[in-house]
Amino acid sequence: MNEAVKEFLIESYENLDRLDLDLVKLEKHPTDGPTLASIFRTIHTIKGTCGFLAFSKLEGVSHVGESLLVKMRDGVLLLDQEITTGLLQMVDVIRRILGHIEATGLEPDEDYSDIIALLTHLNQPREAAPAPAVTEVPAAPLRSPAVMSSSTVSAPAASDQAQVLAPPPDQLAEAAPQTADAVGGEAQDGRKSAVADSSLRIDVGILDKLMNLVGELVLARNQILQFTSQGADAAFVSATQRLNLVTSELQEGVMKTRMQPIGNIWSKFPRVVRDVATLCGKQVRIEMDGKDTELDKTIIEAIKDPLTHIIRNSVDHGIESPEVRVARGKGPEGLLRLRAYHEGGHINIEIVDDGAGIDPNKIRAVALRRGVVTAELAGRMSDQDAVRLIFQPGFSTAEKVSNISGRGVGMDVVKTNIERIGGQVDIHSQVGEGTTIRIKIPLTLAIIPALIVTSAGARYAIPQVNLLELVRLDEGTAATAVERIDDGTFYRLRGNLLPLVWLRRELNLADSDSAGQAVNIVVLKADERRFGLVVDRINDTEEIVVKPLSRQLKSISMYAGATIMGDGAVALILDVLGLAQRARVVSATRGTAHTETAHVASAGVAVSDAGRQTLLVFGVSGGDRMAIPLSQVTRLEEFSGATIEHAGGREVVQYGDEIMPLVSPFGGDCLPSLDEAGGTRRAIVLRHNTGHVAMVVDEIIDIVSERISGQRGRARHGALGSVVIQERVTELVDVDAMLASVGRTTFECVDMATGV
Amino acid sequence: MATQFATFVLDGLCFGVEVTQVQEVLRYQEMTRVPLAPDTVHGLINLRGQIVTALDMRACAGLTPRPEGQLPMNVVVRTDDGALSLLVDEIGDVVDVDDTQFEPVPDTLRGRAAETSSGVYKLPSQLLLALDVQKAVRVEAVVSA
Repeated sequence: MNEAVKEFLIESYENLDRLDLDLVKLEKHPTDGPTLASIFRTIHTIKGTCGFLAFSKLEGVSHVGESLLVKMRDGVLLLDQEITTGLLQMVDVIRRILGHIEATGLEPDEDYSDIIALLTHLNQPREAAPAPAVTEVPAAPLRSPAVMSSSTVSAPAASDQAQVLAPPPDQLAEAAPQTADAVGGEAQDGRKSAVADSSLRIDVGILDKLMNLVGELVLARNQILQFTSQGADAAFVSATQRLNLVTSELQEGVMKTRMQPIGNIWSKFPRVVRDVATLCGKQVRIEMDGKDTELDKTIIEAIKDPLTHIIRNSVDHGIESPEVRVARGKGPEGLLRLRAYHEGGHINIEIVDDGAGIDPNKIRAVALRRGVVTAELAGRMSDQDAVRLIFQPGFSTAEKVSNISGRGVGMDVVKTNIERIGGQVDIHSQVGEGTTIRIKIPLTLAIIPALIVTSAGARYAIPQVNLLELVRLDEGTAATAVERIDDGTFYRLRGNLLPLVWLRRELNLADSDSAGQAVNIVVLKADERRFGLVVDRINDTEEIVVKPLSRQLKSISMYAGATIMGDGAVALILDVLGLAQRARVVSATRGTAHTETAHVASAGVAVSDAGRQTLLVFGVSGGDRMAIPLSQVTRLEEFSGATIEHAGGREVVQYGDEIMPLVSPFGGDCLPSLDEAGGTRRAIVLRHNTGHVAMVVDEIIDIVSERISGQRGRARHGALGSVVIQERVTELVDVDAMLASVGRTTFECVDMATGV
Repeated sequence: MATQFATFVLDGLCFGVEVTQVQEVLRYQEMTRVPLAPDTVHGLINLRGQIVTALDMRACAGLTPRPEGQLPMNVVVRTDDGALSLLVDEIGDVVDVDDTQFEPVPDTLRGRAAETSSGVYKLPSQLLLALDVQKAVRVEAVVSA
């Protein structure tokens, strides 16, 4: 029996039970509006649903009932005993039909013309003569073979066709149990039903409470497991193992009670698709795979709106009109496919359309117009990244705003809503072939796997969704492998710069003596950015029960909640996105991260994917490496201390016939003292306006030809960003900023000097 | 009309909470510190599986911090947002007070001690500051915002 029929049966049985009560109540107070309305609703629902499910007889019976009730609701008829009896008989008949449907999946092969006639008769104004029209009753249809084979029932309480008007009620009443017995098996009088008995409606609140309790039990179990690991006697260990097993199963069972097939929300979509398609004059077929994939109820609720939005978008913007499709050599009918499947503790949902796809150039143009990105960045972006721009706030490419979609609130809200429940959303699009949106969401929110780490003596839980890998740097390698640029620290993970975030520092905890110690890096992903979280110790992974924080702590974005560990202590759950935002690995408002890198590109260093650049790499005080485009370098010089003079509060040398200032690569004139520099200064001479400027460096390292990639926006003043050159983190000098800092005053001073 | 107050001591001052609001009183509990939290939040305790935020009442009332080594007691109160633990120096008796003994907070009393109290009961031996839990918590929330 299919799911829809089963649900219909359960619902109808419940409603019919109430109907009995309502009818009796109504008989006593025939003008009781609410009761009448409730009865009407019940019958109306049954009629509507069985029309939908193609149970035509049931529909026929409930239809006449409904017509009768309409009259009463409108006050044309007043309920009397006769009508009540008629209606109750109708209820019995409906029960009988339902019983048969439950047993065989089909409507019984009986003829219900008598009850229909009775109700129709009751529907006539009392004064009128008994309606002769009802004598013309359609003959009972032939038994379908399915009924013949699947059921041995042969108890048609069929009335003879000649007997048109009301059969004596008791005759019907007698017939009822007989039929019900036959079709319903154990069912006594059609009231009891196997389907209804095997399912139960439960308040979600009770389930939530159960879920909490199971959470507690899981914690207690974890606690006990810790004791057994400390060597206990065999009987205790085996009892614990049993407890462990039972708890796991119980947890699974309780989780299952909250699970609902995703089909429950999908069932609305054919209608949505149809409506939108009609509105846009398109033809769209919808296909669904994996309707039975189950998800936690709260998650189902949370993804309903985002899914609806994506589907509307796909039909409205994605799929082309039939003419365009035909012109492009596709069938006139577009295809929208929904797919859901499990994958490693997650559910993947895909929304695939075979429409026009998203043109990355169009997205770039719109993004530029809206100021979401700069021209340089838009040019450098991969097509894939450009398409992802549709998830930026305030972005809508719809050329005209329809009442379906295109009002600029859209995909960013979808993304935010999905991320709120710990999910991720991504998009792939091929121009002319279609678009795929993939959503990855956790199965449940209440119990999640997490990595437990320790920092400054306290434990923290990191949700495993955000976890990419763990890296441990031994005492020996840590000192060299962690590279510093100003305040920032980086680690080179397989050639790519991984910004490091020190948990102690982000939490304002005392810094440990990290020098010479091993470094534990938890590589995390937040908003498509990777970063390494440095913690004191990595403990273990554990299933944790997420508990919300009180109002006093809600405002701290670093924490997603708290949990109770196996030993009963409370541990905070880190919110990886919040952490990344605090550490400025990702910007607090999306999109500005891109603008920073755009600035790097625009500020004079010609960086293009294709073009390699020749760079002069040098070391500055403190051991940092920096680089400058070779094209800007005039000469490399060394000045002994004796030739260095002071003018206007800064160091200068006589260079040819001009006076050349010595500056630091970061701009300004705070140079290391001459003694430290060994009495001489090495400098890179750059051309500036009419004169030259000497940039003081520690040592000249190399000249390299590199394709600059992996730039990071994070930079101190005087640097454009950092790149990896020869496997070392190297900062790019912001030449313009540096020269600007040399300032006007110096050059007035130079003019004066040349004048002398 | 007589009311019962559970009293406690904070920096030598006698405070009281209506008994009906108090869920339980506990000895010092192990606590998990919450880095970055406002100074009024002392930590989180595990109260039979419930995670309860412990507020340092000295900080809430704007008093001097508790001396090192002195362990606070927990007065767990029910609020609209679930249980909260108030950390106090010492637990006192439950006293019966009468409305005739009540006076609103004197105008001369300023600062957070005044903001967190609903008034003063003049007991024969001393003055009892009636703590308004909702207010104390709200002051807290504003600070953390």
